[in-house]
Amino acid sequence: MKRLEKVKVGYRVAIVVGLLLLVTAPLFVSNWIVFVVTLGCAKGMVVLGVVLLLRGGLISLGHGLYYAAGAYAAAFALNRWNIREIYLLIPLSLLAGGGMAALTGLLLRRYRGIFFAMLSLAFSMILYTVLFKFYDVTGGTDGMRIHLAKEGVPLFFYYLTLVLTMGVIYLGRRIIASPLGYMMQAVRYNEIRVEYMGASVGMVIYFTYVISGMLGGLGGGLVALNVGHVAPELAYWTACADFVFVAILGGANHVLAPFLGSIVFEFVKNYAFKFSPNTWQMTLGGILLLIIFFLPQGLWSLTETIERKVIQWQLSSKQ
Amino acid sequence: MAVILKTVNLHKHFGMVKAADNVNLTIQEGEVVGIVGSNGSGKTTLLNLVTGYLQPTSGEIWFRDRNITGLSPREVVALGIARSFQIPQLYTGLSVLENMLIAVSTRSGKSCDSWTPLHMNGWKEEAFNILRRFGFENDARQVVANLPEGGRKLLDVALSFVLKPQILLMDEPTSGVSGKEKSWVMDALLSALKEAGVTAVFVEHDMEIVEKYAERVIAFDNGRVIADGTVHEVLANPSVRQVVLGVE
Repeated sequence: MKRLEKVKVGYRVAIVVGLLLLVTAPLFVSNWIVFVVTLGCAKGMVVLGVVLLLRGGLISLGHGLYYAAGAYAAAFALNRWNIREIYLLIPLSLLAGGGMAALTGLLLRRYRGIFFAMLSLAFSMILYTVLFKFYDVTGGTDGMRIHLAKEGVPLFFYYLTLVLTMGVIYLGRRIIASPLGYMMQAVRYNEIRVEYMGASVGMVIYFTYVISGMLGGLGGGLVALNVGHVAPELAYWTACADFVFVAILGGANHVLAPFLGSIVFEFVKNYAFKFSPNTWQMTLGGILLLIIFFLPQGLWSLTETIERKVIQWQLSSKQ
Repeated sequence: MAVILKTVNLHKHFGMVKAADNVNLTIQEGEVVGIVGSNGSGKTTLLNLVTGYLQPTSGEIWFRDRNITGLSPREVVALGIARSFQIPQLYTGLSVLENMLIAVSTRSGKSCDSWTPLHMNGWKEEAFNILRRFGFENDARQVVANLPEGGRKLLDVALSFVLKPQILLMDEPTSGVSGKEKSWVMDALLSALKEAGVTAVFVEHDMEIVEKYAERVIAFDNGRVIADGTVHEVLANPSVRQVVLGVE
């Protein structure tokens, strides 16, 4: 028990150190690294949404839909309605993602397995086509620009994203530890038992799906505000697949795993592009294959390995 | 004693197969009823029909004064009818305590609550009380997949027990359980059910268990009730002896 307590303390110390590093990062790293971490955190929120569903055995290949909905909601609000207040734009993105998920979830909650995955992808591709074809409204392939003229904007967005990430991590922890979080696992293990306990499998999936969509919208809104541009590719299948990929890369056993996976993915992608501009996808694929091969439970499982090693070391040092 | 469950001219056909063929039976409140019959005689079909897993081809099912024919499992559970399964239906990757906590929170109507911690004290206390009653106090942290078959059977019933049902339908609670464990499972089950005043109906193949624990026995063959009465009456019935016991 004492050993477990020590490990828990170790975790907390590591988290505090990590947080301090993130807060002070702009002082000692270059701007592009700050930008990549910002994107990693924002996309990590979308991945957390995917992970919430993954814990219930549902693979969403369509989270680009909510990601794009959040991003375009911010772009529309800014360009069409001249809403420049960032504290309105972000909730708008969240609501756009959640609202879209509330609609599609009505149908999706009835499906499982490959049907769920493909139907969610289909919804995302519908939005992609709408964004792509309705040039007059959406800007078509050119997309829309988001321009918030403010001094020191990148740093402001970095800290804003960091604060929101902390908030999302706290909420994610609560959701995972709540009856809804456990019910999603229950749905994965045994739907029949869930129904015979008097709970509705459909409602459990629906509620989780809407929360997941909100996270997608929020992540999308933040990315749009950081990048300053939205394009239909946000809803394209490759963007959707990236989220699932990062969810597997980070692991689904801890609320921090999606963020770790997302930040690592962004760095790997950037460095791959830097060192092999013409074959960066191949480099990226190779590196990620290696990670998946050696850490099938995701990057977060490294912490469990370290935990085991620490306990073993403590035991051997006592002997 | 009041009638708690009644079926009227109940039929369930799967193509040419009559899984329930004009089943008329009544269960009195507080009874412990054993249902016997050979494989495919319609025992599990009856449980599936009553609990809404299957819809009858024709006929009616009454729970007290309410016609429950065609209700969904969730609606049936809400009325106070619970069931356990021949193959335990559990959340195998979670611990015994987590299985129980999920059941307790669901019964409290909080299955979609995304804020309250599942391990909150009130629910934990209730979960531990039920686990103690079924003898799981030392296995609370055990992952369900690692439990022996008897333990899983018992936990399956314990989860239904959380719902505070008025009647509990158990499908072969001792199948797959070793000889030694059988009496332990049935003793633990029936003492908990008696204590809570729950009417118990159990499907069983082991006649020793039926003789020891059932107050009344209903025998099935080809979807029909072929005998209904006390244990000795039914087990002495020539049709039952031939069809169910395989004795000439």
